[in-house]
Amino acid sequence: MAKKLMKGSEAIGEAAIQAGCRYFFGYPITPQNEIPEYMSRRLPKEGGCFLQAESEVAAINMVYGAAGAGARVMTSSSSPGISLKQEGISYIACAELPCVIVNMMRVGPGLGGILPAQGDYFQATKGGGHGDYHLVVLAPSTVQEAADMVMEGFDIADTYRIPVMILGDGMIGQIMEPVEFKVHQKRQVPEKTWAATGWSDKSRPRAIINSLYIEAEQMKAVSERLLARYAQITEKETKVEEFMMDDAQYCIAAYGTTARIAKSAVVKARQMGIKAGLIRPITIWPFPSEAFAKAAEQVKAFLTVEMSTGQMVEDVRLAVAGKKPVYFKGTLGGFVPTTQDMVNELVKLTEGRE
Amino acid sequence: MAIVFKKTKMLTDVPFHYCPGCTHGIAHRLVAECIEELGMEDKAIGVAPVGCAVFAYNYFNCDMMEAAHGRAPAVATGIKRVHPDKLVFTYQGDGDLASIGTAEIVHAAARGEKITTIFINNAIYGMTGGQMAPTTLEGQVTTTSPYGRQKEHCGLPIRMSELIATLDGACYVERVSMHDVPNIIRAKKAIKKALICQMERKGFSFIELLSTCPTNWGMTPTAALTWLKENMIPYYPLGVKKEVE
Repeated sequence: MAKKLMKGSEAIGEAAIQAGCRYFFGYPITPQNEIPEYMSRRLPKEGGCFLQAESEVAAINMVYGAAGAGARVMTSSSSPGISLKQEGISYIACAELPCVIVNMMRVGPGLGGILPAQGDYFQATKGGGHGDYHLVVLAPSTVQEAADMVMEGFDIADTYRIPVMILGDGMIGQIMEPVEFKVHQKRQVPEKTWAATGWSDKSRPRAIINSLYIEAEQMKAVSERLLARYAQITEKETKVEEFMMDDAQYCIAAYGTTARIAKSAVVKARQMGIKAGLIRPITIWPFPSEAFAKAAEQVKAFLTVEMSTGQMVEDVRLAVAGKKPVYFKGTLGGFVPTTQDMVNELVKLTEGRE
Repeated sequence: MAIVFKKTKMLTDVPFHYCPGCTHGIAHRLVAECIEELGMEDKAIGVAPVGCAVFAYNYFNCDMMEAAHGRAPAVATGIKRVHPDKLVFTYQGDGDLASIGTAEIVHAAARGEKITTIFINNAIYGMTGGQMAPTTLEGQVTTTSPYGRQKEHCGLPIRMSELIATLDGACYVERVSMHDVPNIIRAKKAIKKALICQMERKGFSFIELLSTCPTNWGMTPTAALTWLKENMIPYYPLGVKKEVE
């Protein structure tokens, strides 16, 4: 298929449709309105259903219903709206339902602003809602990657019966880049024999989609099942990109929008004689700890760069385990860091000025 | 010997957990019998609430989902949009539907969502131990209105059937009661009519069942039935609130 110039948000919508998603429930919030708008145009023509819910709370519960009924379903929002969805996401995680949730992060806390930020890392990777659970969280740094991740995200969700989050930001959502909807190498995903579709097939047990386990033994069994699945996902699905790390002495850690800028910073620093490299987590949950642990044996220091007050840096520090110093540079207010900002930080590191 | 009565196969054999004298058991049976009599056993998908009926998925012998508090109409919307040919119903209490889930029920009705809601109104939060509900009557004593519900402090109870009946998307709305046999028979007719409205794709249908909570009202089951008749019906008048032909 030929490449098309598309906005990140629209590419996400198209990728979902090409991955077989026929149901979308959403609620307007800037800066991701192009996703529901795109779905509202396209889904009726594909025999699907777009529905604008009365709230983010209702939208995620419609996702719960559609996912429980066996459909490929997606919702999208931006930070304050994702907070509202957390109740439903927790129920979806416990009921072991597959779905894709897109968060195009904007700056916060509170109503914050509509500029891009990476302040929802904790919320996305540490569960987000109440209780003991994880989502698979994929962090695109280009429009192409966002499209690929949505397509693969549905397969991951179906394979492990887990909600998958695409964690982008206002920049990824708004930027226009060439994108190709690759003929997707579909995984063999299990049949949804557990779905509530009406009990006409009596050869299967009666479907009960539920997140209530009042008996401690039952709840414990569910948590143990989730834990085992998380271990399997960590082993099989962890993804990371290492850029110019072969001989690197200084390692930038960054994901998403920040990581694409960090790549230019690494190149520029190398032109100045600084042996810089980049580790870019592609999955931020599961977090690619091993890549950082390995790099800790090689580099002199790490520099974590985020559009936040410092969130992923905690996971980098856990992975590095005190072996090397891990520094942090945050960009706040919705400002996006420049290549030069990052180079300046690297220069400071080499001069021992941090 | 001829069988003159048997339990509907739309209920499982799991014993109800409801308190003695609670009308949930009757309401479950009415809904289950209606689904069976309409021949929709294989097509029914139910959504259980949070509240006393939270375990309804153990009792209704069809595919079931358990929703978060108040969200059953949104969950049912998701199901119905995926399976428009199925019979989708929610079963919700007054705390669930008339308080935390007000937005979801109003908008499901406004959209004319082709689902049926069974609304159990017993004027109190049962599962959590008898707190004040949006449907608690003026002056009624609960664990969070120990001096009786005061109008000046928290207003008067919401009449959900009348509210839902104002919405164009609602095709059938009726309030019935379960305080005696004739009313229970009327309740069953109402439930069946509501389900038929859904099958005929007319829109959203809503049946409010006035119910008792002997445990949290602090009454015997029979005294509770009398209390319902004498106190609830004057404030919550029975009858059809909306019917679209």
